[in-house]
Amino acid sequence: MAMTMHVDIVSAEEEIFSGPAEMVFASGVMGDLGILPRHAPLLTQLKPGEVRIKKEGGEEEFYYVSGGMLEIQPHVVTVLADTALRAKDIDEAAAIEARERAEKALQDKTSEFEYARAQAELAEAMAQLQAIKKLREKGGR
Amino acid sequence: MAVGKEIRVKINSIKNTQKITRAMEMVAASKMRKAQGRMSASRPYAEKMQNVIGHLANAHPEYRHAYMREREVKRVGYIVISSDRGLCGGLNSNLFKTVVGSMKAFHDQGVEIDLCTIGSKAHGFFSRLGGNVVSQADHLGDAPQITDLIGAVKVMLDAFDEGRIDQLILAYNEFVNTMTQQPQVKRILPIEPSEDEELKHHWDYLYEPEAKDVLDALLIRYVESLVYQGVVENIACEQAARMVAMKAASDNAGTLIDELQLIYNKARQAAITQEISEIVSGAAAV
Repeated sequence: MAMTMHVDIVSAEEEIFSGPAEMVFASGVMGDLGILPRHAPLLTQLKPGEVRIKKEGGEEEFYYVSGGMLEIQPHVVTVLADTALRAKDIDEAAAIEARERAEKALQDKTSEFEYARAQAELAEAMAQLQAIKKLREKGGR
Repeated sequence: MAVGKEIRVKINSIKNTQKITRAMEMVAASKMRKAQGRMSASRPYAEKMQNVIGHLANAHPEYRHAYMREREVKRVGYIVISSDRGLCGGLNSNLFKTVVGSMKAFHDQGVEIDLCTIGSKAHGFFSRLGGNVVSQADHLGDAPQITDLIGAVKVMLDAFDEGRIDQLILAYNEFVNTMTQQPQVKRILPIEPSEDEELKHHWDYLYEPEAKDVLDALLIRYVESLVYQGVVENIACEQAARMVAMKAASDNAGTLIDELQLIYNKARQAAITQEISEIVSGAAAV
């Protein structure tokens, strides 16, 4: 029987595949990779494309990943798949958007964070909750 | 009968409120279960990521990434995760209290603070009180996606890269169980090396293309996955807290109704008694 290695494909939102495999094919940024057990430790980025897994007995499974990272240990292969298309300019646009949203809301901001007021306000909220709890206990409910 | 009309109206109004709180309780319960499922679904990624980072710390990378280097702290960045809506008991207030406490400790040392808020409650609170909110994300819904967070997190990572902040701290509620949510304030950057395991093995990865590029991409995803985990966990906490709060509200409404019902019955009985005595005394007078 052919040698196998453990393969995991995970994305930030869910686990996609986990199990033994004879060989894994993936498209790295530097070119396509075919990984057999006992491969040297390697860390690389993946291009959007398919990850092909040859399972025990020769059966193959395909997964599409929109980029991600590939980690290879002699007997473990991990694909950390992205759930969204990642590119510098797309990320940058998202960052600008997040910053603008914050700036828009901050136009009338005071210069210094008011620790005293923050703590007083929170203490008040806490006291209210405490009081409600006490009232409930006193009422014997 | 005209007796106690106000009381009856009041009872009906409380009954309606009770219906709403009970419905919210049940909605929160089902959403909580889904959020818990999402929490466990996102865990493998974070664990695998942690493994890879662990290997990295133990290997001998020829290139030490900035995210792994300690530096003098002059300014820190906070990522505060809150819910978008209220009616969830003291969940957000508890978290903010912990955060403000930790911020104040930095402030007293003369360290300045930048904030990134996720969720509209955190944004409302910190911007109202004059916090320096540099990026925000809100209305992520019940099933947040990592794409919604990339922008807000990138602002903080850029600030770290450019040396504007020297530490990045994540604050969120940890889901202990349905009844307990624990506010957490955790440092995520620079990454703390696990000392006991240091230099255990003497190999390094092959990097394709370059160690720097690969590590950059990997560490950004690592931070994002930590924040994402925090968001998902916070949603589970929010639903759990809301469920408990709404259950308490429904119970309270129930006791209120019982009390009012008792008062109403007494008033009705008193009116009947009075009427009878009037009739009797009227008959006796004839």
